[in-house]
Amino acid sequence: QETPDPAIVEKQPWNQFLGPGVDEAPYGMPSKFEAHVRRQNVPWLTADPVSSINFTPLHELDGIITPNGLCFERHHAGVAEVDPSQHRLMINGLVDKPLVFTMEDLMRFPRENHVYFLECAANTGMEWAGSQLNGCQFTHGMIHNVMYTGVPLRLLLEEAGVKTSGKWLLPEGADASGMTRSIPIEKAMDDCLVAFKMNGEALRAEQGYPVRLVVPGWEGNMWVKWLRRIEVGDKPWHHREETSKYTDLLANGQARRFTWEMDAKSVITSPSPQMPIKHGPGRVVVTGVAWSGRGTIPRVDVTTDGGMNWHQARMSGPSLDKSMHRFYYDFEWDGKPLLLQSRAHDSTGYVQPTKEQLRTVRGDNSIYHNNGIQTWAVNEQGVAENVEIS
Amino acid sequence: QDNYGLGRAALPEEIAAWDIDVRPDGLGLPAGSGDVWTGEEVYVEKCAACHGDFGEAVGRWPVLAGGQGTLSDEDPVKTIGSYWPYLSTVYDYVNRAMPFGEAQSLEPDEIYAITAYLLYVNDLVEDDFTLSNDNFLDVEMPNADNFYMDDRAETELPLFASADVCMENCKDSVEIIMRAAVLDVTPETDTEAEVVVEEAAAEAEPAVTAEAEPAVVAPDPELVAAGEGAFRQCKSCHQVGEGAKNRTGPQLNGIMGRTIGVVDGFRYSRTFAEAAEAGEVWDVDNMAAFLADPRGAMEGTKMSFRGVRKEEDIAALIAYLQSFAE
Repeated sequence: QETPDPAIVEKQPWNQFLGPGVDEAPYGMPSKFEAHVRRQNVPWLTADPVSSINFTPLHELDGIITPNGLCFERHHAGVAEVDPSQHRLMINGLVDKPLVFTMEDLMRFPRENHVYFLECAANTGMEWAGSQLNGCQFTHGMIHNVMYTGVPLRLLLEEAGVKTSGKWLLPEGADASGMTRSIPIEKAMDDCLVAFKMNGEALRAEQGYPVRLVVPGWEGNMWVKWLRRIEVGDKPWHHREETSKYTDLLANGQARRFTWEMDAKSVITSPSPQMPIKHGPGRVVVTGVAWSGRGTIPRVDVTTDGGMNWHQARMSGPSLDKSMHRFYYDFEWDGKPLLLQSRAHDSTGYVQPTKEQLRTVRGDNSIYHNNGIQTWAVNEQGVAENVEIS
Repeated sequence: QDNYGLGRAALPEEIAAWDIDVRPDGLGLPAGSGDVWTGEEVYVEKCAACHGDFGEAVGRWPVLAGGQGTLSDEDPVKTIGSYWPYLSTVYDYVNRAMPFGEAQSLEPDEIYAITAYLLYVNDLVEDDFTLSNDNFLDVEMPNADNFYMDDRAETELPLFASADVCMENCKDSVEIIMRAAVLDVTPETDTEAEVVVEEAAAEAEPAVTAEAEPAVVAPDPELVAAGEGAFRQCKSCHQVGEGAKNRTGPQLNGIMGRTIGVVDGFRYSRTFAEAAEAGEVWDVDNMAAFLADPRGAMEGTKMSFRGVRKEEDIAALIAYLQSFAE
């Protein structure tokens, strides 16, 4: 530095003049300099924004918690604006006593707090046939990770008394799509929550206010929002979202159904196509997220040379069951092109496969559950691109 | 046992109001019936605007017919006929979620009829077929046997285990074999500068008050209210009112009295582009004709809606549209 830095030697407006008082923003918003950090839609993906998806800006986030306003949205008939005083949750079917709960009733059951990731089964689905979208927001942004407060579903079911013939549940949403999925009773009794808070505050309308189902580790479509009814039955219902959609079509024309658990997966969020390296050679912080529907992520490996050599990344932050994990790999960049990848290991010993390994088993038409390793090519200028490598 | 004594007993009428789900074994099917031809009529009025007259679909709305024999192709076409394993799923979904934007408005006989028509356009029944709760379980779906339970535990988990993870000298060379930039289908990421400038511009814009609008003859409030109801069938494609945006169709604010086909950012059909060029203006007469028979009045229009049947609905819709200024 030859000449003095004006940012130091000149007075800035915020050094001199008064800022807004405490009454200006009763509900705080991010700094105006962060206004570019927002969810984005890919307009050509769907027919209409009311039955569509937007994407979490993973490339701008750090740590493991997704801020409520940045959690990706997926709805099938727009955001239902449900008045909580008019909302009811019914349990019917194969139970001793069909019950109706108000929100007030739900709040009187014992509560629990858990951090879980919610990943759409279609996350990374556009990448089956090859690299398509330039940015981890678009390739991997159908995921969020928040702390839920809610009542164990088991307690509500026990209150109604599930008959021994009751083997399946049909949770149903109050929105205009009447979302339904079949869930086996074992999962319901294990760790499902009926949640009304996320990150400490009420659920956002777009995340199912006033109450949603939480199905830890399982595909996001099952986490029925605006939950208004749970029917207990002896068989699955095979509704639209578990037959026409969310089934995995394999190369031979047959399809897997009830592929509920989300396999272990990771992605480098920076550097990435929306987060190029702007500072030139020298120290670079490579960071990303990893998660598994079957447990925790004790280890992530990172490569900078397209998988010729791997380095164990540094995990940082809490390691929680079925939650996102944060990893870092700090290194000295010589300014030469990079091929960045990350590879997650979960607590069951499963290792994230390459896209090619997955295609060998499933073919190209699967759409859902693509957890293959993602590659970013970084050039000498630090510009990153979504590529596939040999 | 009563663990917490919370909640109250659900009444039979309450359960009946919400328990509408239908299962493959027929559990939940109401009494009723409908034939293919009735189904076609209801379908063309309620479904074809998005799904096309024969289930071929408009734009990116779901394709409902065809695709048999394509499931192992490069681009499989997954339809009711080619993919769906159970007919009950059609009944249940149409009943709970369709027509889009006006869910749960169909009667059981209409749903049986639509379902019969969807079987017909998928070549699964003849045109004289009538579907009812009595013969529902007799219909065989061609792809029913091609679904099986998740088998990843056997087919994938053993392949992807950590025992043999390579860390050093794992490959001799690496080539890039595909690039996303070649496709160029990624939306622009908002940069900091753009967003800040946009916001500054929005702040600088002077607020326009309602008084500044030119005076117009206000439409009959009763007619406007009726029009709001009739507009429900338009809502799946068109927005109107504050913050209205283009969707499948253009936003409709200020449409009455304006030149045809000039909403910013909407890609019109050629027939609309020609009307715009000729300076044609929407008035009560041409709007009424268009609403009654869109494809007849504007040949080649992208609007695949069949038309409004009742004249009183047309008058109400026009009054409703008149109530929204630019």
